Amino acid sequence: MSKRLWFVISMLVLAAMLLAACGPAAAGGKEVVFGMLLVGPYNDRGWSQAHYDAGLYVQEKLPGTKMVYLDKVNGADRPGTTPDKLAEDLLAQGATVIVFNSDDMKDAAVAFAQKHPDIPVIHASGDNSWKDGKDFKDLKNLYNVMGKMEYGKMIAGCAAALTTKTGQIGYLGPLINDETRRLASSAYLGARYCWTNYLGKNPADLKFKVTWIGFWFNIPGVTSDPTQVADDFINSGADVVISGIDTTEALVQANKAAASGKKVFAIPYDYKTACDAAPDVCLGVPYFNWGPSYVKLIKSAQEGKFAAGFEWLAPDWADINNPDTSAVGFVKGKALSADAAATLDKFIGELASGLNLWKGPLNYQDGSVFLKDGETATDFQVWYLPLLLEGMEGQSVPAN
Amino acid sequence: MNKNSKSFELLFRGLAILLAVLFASLVLLLAKANPLEAFRYLIVGAFGTTGKILDVLVSWVPLALATAGLLFTFTAGLWNIGVEGQITLGAVFTTAALRLLMNSGLPPGLIIFLAILAGALGGALWASLVGVLKIYGGVNEIFGGLGLNFVSVAITIWLIFGPWKRPGTGSMSGTEPFPRELHLPVLGNSNLSVWSLVLAVLGIVLVYILLRNTYFGLRLRAVGKNSRAAFLLGVPTNRYAMLAFFLCGIFAGLAGAVQVTAVYYRLIPSISSGYGFLGLLVAMLVNFNAIWAALVAFFFAALNIGSIQLPLMMRLDSTLSGVIQGSLVLFVLLMDGVRRRITGKR
Repeated sequence: MSKRLWFVISMLVLAAMLLAACGPAAAGGKEVVFGMLLVGPYNDRGWSQAHYDAGLYVQEKLPGTKMVYLDKVNGADRPGTTPDKLAEDLLAQGATVIVFNSDDMKDAAVAFAQKHPDIPVIHASGDNSWKDGKDFKDLKNLYNVMGKMEYGKMIAGCAAALTTKTGQIGYLGPLINDETRRLASSAYLGARYCWTNYLGKNPADLKFKVTWIGFWFNIPGVTSDPTQVADDFINSGADVVISGIDTTEALVQANKAAASGKKVFAIPYDYKTACDAAPDVCLGVPYFNWGPSYVKLIKSAQEGKFAAGFEWLAPDWADINNPDTSAVGFVKGKALSADAAATLDKFIGELASGLNLWKGPLNYQDGSVFLKDGETATDFQVWYLPLLLEGMEGQSVPAN
Repeated sequence: MNKNSKSFELLFRGLAILLAVLFASLVLLLAKANPLEAFRYLIVGAFGTTGKILDVLVSWVPLALATAGLLFTFTAGLWNIGVEGQITLGAVFTTAALRLLMNSGLPPGLIIFLAILAGALGGALWASLVGVLKIYGGVNEIFGGLGLNFVSVAITIWLIFGPWKRPGTGSMSGTEPFPRELHLPVLGNSNLSVWSLVLAVLGIVLVYILLRNTYFGLRLRAVGKNSRAAFLLGVPTNRYAMLAFFLCGIFAGLAGAVQVTAVYYRLIPSISSGYGFLGLLVAMLVNFNAIWAALVAFFFAALNIGSIQLPLMMRLDSTLSGVIQGSLVLFVLLMDGVRRRITGKR
């Protein structure tokens, strides 16, 4: 290569810069563009797709809004950059509101909100704008929103307990943190309640094992392989696998095992129609419905009334599957027996009328007391659950 | 046109670039996308605004450092595939130093400086291991390097899930971010640290001078061209090979240090961002010249940054930039072969 070649290349680059500079300026309409950063693929049939669909819902419900998004925003898929920098690419697309969709983007959401104080930032699943939380940052433009998936997981756990013949339930866990501990524990609480109260069985006979893979979805060479973990559950006698990860491996592997004659079932997570991947083994799915809260928040941004806040949204107990009101829902799967379905409805009814499973006596996994007899947990205690509960197998905190 | 002239070589290089572009266009057409539109977004995405150009530089710094290091091993005729691991260990050592010193009361500037030095040391040690395995263990550097790459990832993941985990958390998303005063300061509202830029430019200049204008560079080239002849002429070839690994490791380690102190501000599993492998591609293209290495690295970094526009604007996967980078190298090597055949020059 010679200097001349580089001269030509530099000229081309220069020409491109000029072209870009002379290009049309951003269209000056009244349209509000909101930018979404999705941690996984937009069509993952899980966590990220639930957010993507919520974005479509916002576009439909709020005329004059438009979504721009970038998916696979994680260190493995987008090397050399960070979510806060990628958010700036969305700003360049005209976005005036940014949604960070993952717990993994917590630091990035805060960094971005600090750097761009005029841009409303919505972070799904964080706690940085919770005044009573452990990590309050007091940013005027950061809003945290999360659904009370604890209920969804309790229902999932109940469906698992009502179905299992071996008394062994596997929980395919993502990474270990406050959120995942409380969700796995919720599934256990639901399972134990239905196992003892409806089936009249001894809680000691219920085996509930959690195995963590290390992230929200499979990253080859970095996380444990969820396919392998699901198979391990099935091969060691668990006949229901509850998924806590963003993708559908548990369901897929249960389906394969069922095809080879095993009687196994799975409960996926996050996304309303996740069962469709393998309806014959799907007991149902607890899912998030971000649409209504995003409509509310983006509308407030549109009207210039966006303010910082923290919301932990319970299901709409009048109808947990109402797409316009409920932040968390549960869709029953084809594989759930009619009997179990009826009992599950009864359980949902009890939850709706105030049944609280976060109630003492309740011990941590290591035997220490979490809640004394009759004591109920505060939101703070549930959100920051430090250990798994007594009766659960699996790591509470990462080993050294 | 004279068959042996520079312009003849240039013609083939140009042809190679054209072929690479055509190949990428073909891939795009197969993906039912308009190639012209894609290339326009790539270019605008990389150079459209000042901020974008600075982002390209953010990506350029570690890539240029890694490539600069690789020029030593390439010159010595060594395939240092292990450069990825050397970047990673640089990042690990930098993180270790930052963790060790962050509460020491030393001025933050000094802590960052020491941490970057530690990164250089980490990379150099890891590279030396490849050298020792090759020279004293008879393990080809390709296999030794590849093996150590896997080990380096395993070490990183173990640290992130184990001793350096965030309290109560077991996640591959990385260690706790370092406080702001331990970040290399950035230029205005951009993401670029001038200090890291200076480091990369100094590194490139240093490598250029060392390889071009010193006896060391001459001897290293002799080792690379014909190790046996160099040995018979009195060049201590083993020592030079070792030195090439060590120097490459220093630069790779610096790249890792930059990733920690100026990009991620923490240790993450994929901390090398693939800059080592990308650096190998760049080094293959530039024929031992550090200045060209800097320019080609800039072009590759621009492709990296520009490619974000593909999923954003066209719903295409941004790995297209990798297709362009890879096919460019392939076609340049291919056309070099064709040219040599035509000219009969080996």
